Amino acid sequence: MTTTTEAAPGGATTEVAKGRKAPLSEGARAERRLGWLLCAPAVIVMIAVTAYPVGYAVYLSLERYNLELPNAVKFIGLANYGAVLSSSYWWEALWVTVLISVVSVTITLVLGMLLAMVMHRTLFGRGSVRTAALIPYGIVTVAAAYGWQYAWTPGQGYLSAMFNNSAPLTDQFKAIGVIVLAEIWKTTPFMALLLLAGLSLVPEDLQKAAMVDGASGWQRFVRITLPLMKPAILVAVLFRTLDSFRIFDNIFILTGGNNGTASVSILGYNNLFNALNLGIGSAISILIFICVAIIAFVFIKGFGTAAPGTDIGKR
Amino acid sequence: MIGGSDRQASPRRAPLVPKRRRRARSRFRVLTAAGGGAVLASALLAACGTSSASTGPVTLTYYLYPDSSGATQQAIKNCEQQSGHKYTISYQQLPAAADGQRQQLVRRLAANDSTIDILGLDVTWEAEFAQAGWIEPWTGANKAQAENGTLQPALQTAIWHGKLYAVPDNTNTQLLWYRSDLVKTPPKTWAEMLADAARLKQQGKPHYIEIQGAQYEGATVWFNTMVASAGGSILNPTATKVTLGAPAVKALSIMKQLATGPGGDPSLSVQMENENRLAMEAGSAAFELNYPFVYPGMKTDNPKLFKNFKWALYPQVNAGTPAKVTIGGIDLAVSRFSQHKALAFQAALCLRDKQNQIIGANIGGVPPTITSLYNNPALFKNYPFHADILYALQHASVRPKTPVYQVVSIDISHLVSPAAGINPASTKQAMVGQLNNALQSKGLVP
Repeated sequence: MTTTTEAAPGGATTEVAKGRKAPLSEGARAERRLGWLLCAPAVIVMIAVTAYPVGYAVYLSLERYNLELPNAVKFIGLANYGAVLSSSYWWEALWVTVLISVVSVTITLVLGMLLAMVMHRTLFGRGSVRTAALIPYGIVTVAAAYGWQYAWTPGQGYLSAMFNNSAPLTDQFKAIGVIVLAEIWKTTPFMALLLLAGLSLVPEDLQKAAMVDGASGWQRFVRITLPLMKPAILVAVLFRTLDSFRIFDNIFILTGGNNGTASVSILGYNNLFNALNLGIGSAISILIFICVAIIAFVFIKGFGTAAPGTDIGKR
Repeated sequence: MIGGSDRQASPRRAPLVPKRRRRARSRFRVLTAAGGGAVLASALLAACGTSSASTGPVTLTYYLYPDSSGATQQAIKNCEQQSGHKYTISYQQLPAAADGQRQQLVRRLAANDSTIDILGLDVTWEAEFAQAGWIEPWTGANKAQAENGTLQPALQTAIWHGKLYAVPDNTNTQLLWYRSDLVKTPPKTWAEMLADAARLKQQGKPHYIEIQGAQYEGATVWFNTMVASAGGSILNPTATKVTLGAPAVKALSIMKQLATGPGGDPSLSVQMENENRLAMEAGSAAFELNYPFVYPGMKTDNPKLFKNFKWALYPQVNAGTPAKVTIGGIDLAVSRFSQHKALAFQAALCLRDKQNQIIGANIGGVPPTITSLYNNPALFKNYPFHADILYALQHASVRPKTPVYQVVSIDISHLVSPAAGINPASTKQAMVGQLNNALQSKGLVP
């Protein structure tokens, strides 16, 4: 963020300055100092609420620290990571998390694209269509998850009754299916909104020119719309992937992580708040953090996704 | 996209004068709001303060499972009166599920919450709470009064490293329930019971043995009962070593035999206490190992079967040696952060005194922890099996006492359930490894 504001005043001059390390003029230095002063409160708050807890979690993950055993606290290096990575619970949770993320993000992307096209092309009542589409996203996840849970409870739920009083939440794969369904229902509007913003970047003239050249609707979508939307799609997919990798609330309400449906976040929660093992729990949190960092890195470096904050509109 | 909207917003400038005025007004509003908040806060503080003032009675906060029977409320009223209104007790109901109860208590105590005075602890939490320094040890006259006439195994649950940390309030244990129309004399041992089930199956009669096989605390209870009855233990008394040996292998092989033999209910791996009760009431089972709540249940739900619904002691593993059934129940402890410890000890003793335990047994249906109450037959008109319950309690076993009991229990239940998947020797070996990890804080819970 700071680099953009610095570079903003004049693109050419800053490029020269970067190359030769020319001394800044007095005015520029004063401006930079003012910039830092103005940022300082935000930076301090960010360090207090983000950097400190992250650093403390890293430190805790290197300790044997059970809340019930205050006398047994000691520094044990990477042993907690060894314990987590050699546990079958971690690998099962990771597998479940990846499965949920991949399936839900893929389906959300397709549905979100369809919804975005509908919202983009709607001529009448555009505002109300967009509002209606956003309703699932506006409902608190926990409340929605309770709705799904009741709906799938045999003897009281309408969905369970529709499927012969089945209890899908008691079976690993069916329960994961229900969790994915709840995720898709909940996050498709978000995806659609992000994609809608991308759709509006596609110039209407290009579409018309292609139409004159005889391109079919599908050709226009694949050759013009998609390439031009790529930055928006990648950002949307990145956001959704990071979100769904950290899935917690839907699983917590729907199954509580039972029957092999625990995600890595549920595993971390159980070890921190149920077993009160701050060492192991922090190690799990740090591993989740590393996974998320890897996903972001792959998206940004591998697919050339624009990082949030940089201008993706430039072509 | 985001950067773009930022840049668009910055050049837009509202005229200065109206803006300043607007800001001044909003600052005034903030000030009044803050002032209102301060007034409110001081009023709240004052309200809290009154309880500790010397004039009125002290308010003791009592965290306990939600008791819908009304027995707890009645005991509280009795104690408030008996204290000469030295204290009043505010009953804070914990969540219904045991995990939820523990989590709420732990979070409050880990944050040194001084508003908790008396805690109702499940009999498996004492070691954890004591080791963490969250509950006060009992000493002197309070300790003597807590121990006086109390059932030994119940008292054992409240002892950690030789010190008493809680006073047993109520208790519970399992009996063998059977249908006398199917078996004339109840089996004395597991071998006899499994043979009975096989015979009944051959005759085409109901033959299932109902027990808690789902992956939860109930499966741990079953395993603990079997190991203790076979003459073994899971951990040593100081919880520093895993002591599983030949008795554990024997216990595991019987559990597997039940699951894979004719007596095993096909839905064993998802059954908890209530599923067991319903299966027995539905008439598909011949035996049931369960708590006494099944007795009134059968009476109202299936009066026809109730005529032949009988009970006996839990079957033995080693013929001739009484089974050591796992003890359950609630102990009362005093928080280390309590502001009124002396009164809290006094109130805890009152809440579990003879009079209030009689109320608990009659209204709440929870067996008492004072031995002499079992000699009072008038008390047990709806409880004809009280002599057997007392016998079972006197021979009861305690689940492994360790600060990391949560992890230990989850490890055990995941290894013994589904019981059909047990391989006695290798399951025992895996359990030794996992429990060793748990004792060194290296175990994960799923």
